[in-house]
Amino acid sequence: MVYLTRQEHFNAAHKLYNPNWSREQNEEVFGACANENWHGHNYNLYVTVKGEPHPETGFVFDVKKLSVIINEHVIKHLDHRNLNLDVPFLAGKLCSTENLAIAIWNQLLPHIPSGVQLHSIKLYETPRIYVEYFGKQA
Amino acid sequence: MQKRVSVYRKEHFNAAHRLHNPAWSAEKNKAVFGLCNHENFHGHNYELIVKVTGAIDPDTGYVIDLKVLSDLVKELVIDRFDHKNLNLDTAEFKNLNPSAENIAVVIYELLKPRLGEQYDLQIRLYETERNFVEYPVQ
Repeated sequence: MVYLTRQEHFNAAHKLYNPNWSREQNEEVFGACANENWHGHNYNLYVTVKGEPHPETGFVFDVKKLSVIINEHVIKHLDHRNLNLDVPFLAGKLCSTENLAIAIWNQLLPHIPSGVQLHSIKLYETPRIYVEYFGKQA
Repeated sequence: MQKRVSVYRKEHFNAAHRLHNPAWSAEKNKAVFGLCNHENFHGHNYELIVKVTGAIDPDTGYVIDLKVLSDLVKELVIDRFDHKNLNLDTAEFKNLNPSAENIAVVIYELLKPRLGEQYDLQIRLYETERNFVEYPVQ
């Protein structure tokens, strides 16, 4: 089994805000991240798939095709967007990095062809903060 | 003659912005600024490098106390821009497009009056890992 990773990036605005809470409670829990007029990040995304190298190509998966899938189903919806306002697959969700990683997994999973498995989503919000998601654990 | 040395302090802030010229039509803004004009904003992890050049003080061995410089950058720049919307939340960009170029000039002008006359100042600002600007030009 070999793990193959494609790195992509997107720049987006967001805020951390629970609409069921008062502004005071949001500010207490989320601090500066609750700023009502948003703030933003350069997100770095690592998508890892796994499988056996194909005997005729040597590839686990054509990484150019992986890039096209990620761009079509993730990047084009997130890049230069407001994550809270503009992204249908995040509607109604809290825009934490954790939830974003899960949502990206769910966006990609139906588009990963048979013969290769989605292994993980690693998402950097800043150079010092990242999350990893490996799908629903059995 | 005393030896002149450049010292650098690196800081960062995360902010939302959009590029928009209110004197132009929506179409022209979109044509010139593309995705960066998106009306609900997007955002970046800005990396800031403040370069201070001066003579070594024979008593301390310092050009400038980097803790003093760090406190100054935090007070004048980071507290003002971090987790903010540059267009909506800051006086500096009420009537100025928050391009990386303009942000670097604004940061220079915030810091310069608070540094001693004996120092030269240069600002390098990374908007992304691949896009960065410097001011003043040397």
